[in-house]
Amino acid sequence: MEFERKMLTVYIMGEAYEVPEGSTILMAIEYAGFQVKRGVGCREGFCGACATVYREKGDYKLKGGLACQTVVTDGMAIAQIPSVPAEKPIYNIAELEANENTFKELFPTVFRCVACNTCTKACPQDIKVMDYVQALKRGDIARAADLSFDCIRCGLCALRCPAEIVQYNAAILARRLYARYLAPKSHEVDIRIEEIEKGKFDTEIEEMKAMPRDILSEKYYKREIKVD
Amino acid sequence: MKRIPYYPGCTLKTSAKNLENSAIASAKALGIEMVEIPDWVCCGVVASLTSDDLMRHIAPVRNMLRVEQMCKRGEIEDSRLLTLCSMCFNTLQRSNFRMRENPEDLESINNIMYLEAGDYGGTTEVVHLLQILDEMGFEKITEKITNPLKGLKVASYYGCMLTRPKDIGIDTPENPTIMERFTEAIGSEPIDWQAHSLCCGSYHTVNNIEIVVKLAYEIIKNAKNHGAEAIITSCPLCAFNLDDRQKDIAEKYIDFEPMPVLYFTQLMAIALGLGEEVCGFDQNYTDPRPLLRKKGLLK
Repeated sequence: MEFERKMLTVYIMGEAYEVPEGSTILMAIEYAGFQVKRGVGCREGFCGACATVYREKGDYKLKGGLACQTVVTDGMAIAQIPSVPAEKPIYNIAELEANENTFKELFPTVFRCVACNTCTKACPQDIKVMDYVQALKRGDIARAADLSFDCIRCGLCALRCPAEIVQYNAAILARRLYARYLAPKSHEVDIRIEEIEKGKFDTEIEEMKAMPRDILSEKYYKREIKVD
Repeated sequence: MKRIPYYPGCTLKTSAKNLENSAIASAKALGIEMVEIPDWVCCGVVASLTSDDLMRHIAPVRNMLRVEQMCKRGEIEDSRLLTLCSMCFNTLQRSNFRMRENPEDLESINNIMYLEAGDYGGTTEVVHLLQILDEMGFEKITEKITNPLKGLKVASYYGCMLTRPKDIGIDTPENPTIMERFTEAIGSEPIDWQAHSLCCGSYHTVNNIEIVVKLAYEIIKNAKNHGAEAIITSCPLCAFNLDDRQKDIAEKYIDFEPMPVLYFTQLMAIALGLGEEVCGFDQNYTDPRPLLRKKGLLK
């Protein structure tokens, strides 16, 4: 059976192109003939390299999304953000304390937040960005680390923020501080390290090293995943 | 137990934990459960001096919306928002008044907050803990106290944010008495003084310390001249300027004598016999414990 694919018009950097319906923004850009070198990464929605801003026909809102995950609509106007010029302070995590004063020092803009929530609206990961910024203001590093956990650092929040906060850089500091100073220490890791050092898994590793690739692959996909 | 939505504010979670902890414990002892509102944001502190400052009101409105949302979800019946910090109280209340008086401003803010489940309708009442205590009746507190603060002479410091501007204040701006009535209810002796509403210098403490040092010196001296042994406040910024700045005051004025500055809730907790565990006195710069021990109010 003949299948005719419907074509849509999208505007890539101001110019109109016909692209197949169902394309992601990234597929549309490539279909239009562009070779994308920056502003593309894993193509799976994990790496955050393909931040894009777009506006849909008939909608006044400027939206943000990942080019590899957002499906085009007819009349969509698209602009790629290959990199985000954002402030990134240099620090030594070992010299910091897990409290709000660290953020006053390194990210003073956090304290300019007016709770407008524009960052949350821009986030392609549906992270409560404003809420983690607010948590930082009150020194709740654990909450900030938790709320920002799914951040892929695309930078759209920082681009849209009227207070010029670099949310995603502040968030990664929160997660680093949490991991180093606040998270409960995992006793199991110590036990496992001891086991490895005593050579508990040596035989198994040697067996695996000698395995042909197809058998190894089969074993890998059939492996048991333990979730506590 | 009476449940009331509670707004802490950022400072109460950091440098003024002693205000929050002593208030929550005291309120509980008086039959009030303070229920922290979910997903609260900074109150929006520091009034903007630009003519178009609407954006500065999003934060306070969002907090007041939280109370309406809690009521709609049936989580709480009381539609008032309880505050402890004078600054948060003032910021929230001023914003609330503006939204009620200017429906267009409220509409603009509701449009910006389109991700929220529903608009803010302006029904939340912002109240201060002192008002809730007054409403309950200070004599009820007197009935509940087990450790009356007999012989302790206390200067009630209002500062600016609790009583000004007059439409918003919890008492008359020139001659407020609510804190004195509170002081009496917990068994201590209120003093009559002039500097109760003299500004502490507020945010000048960041860039113009000398302004704060001068004002705080005058306030504390006035309290001392009228026989006060301690000052009480409900404002973390006033507390910082009157208490933590005593270090700077002592460097400038040779005749300066330190005086403990406490949150009114810390004294209330001591009077209710809750012990110093809930008071967090280690966050007070001039330690009030020697005075309280001398008066036999603390072990």
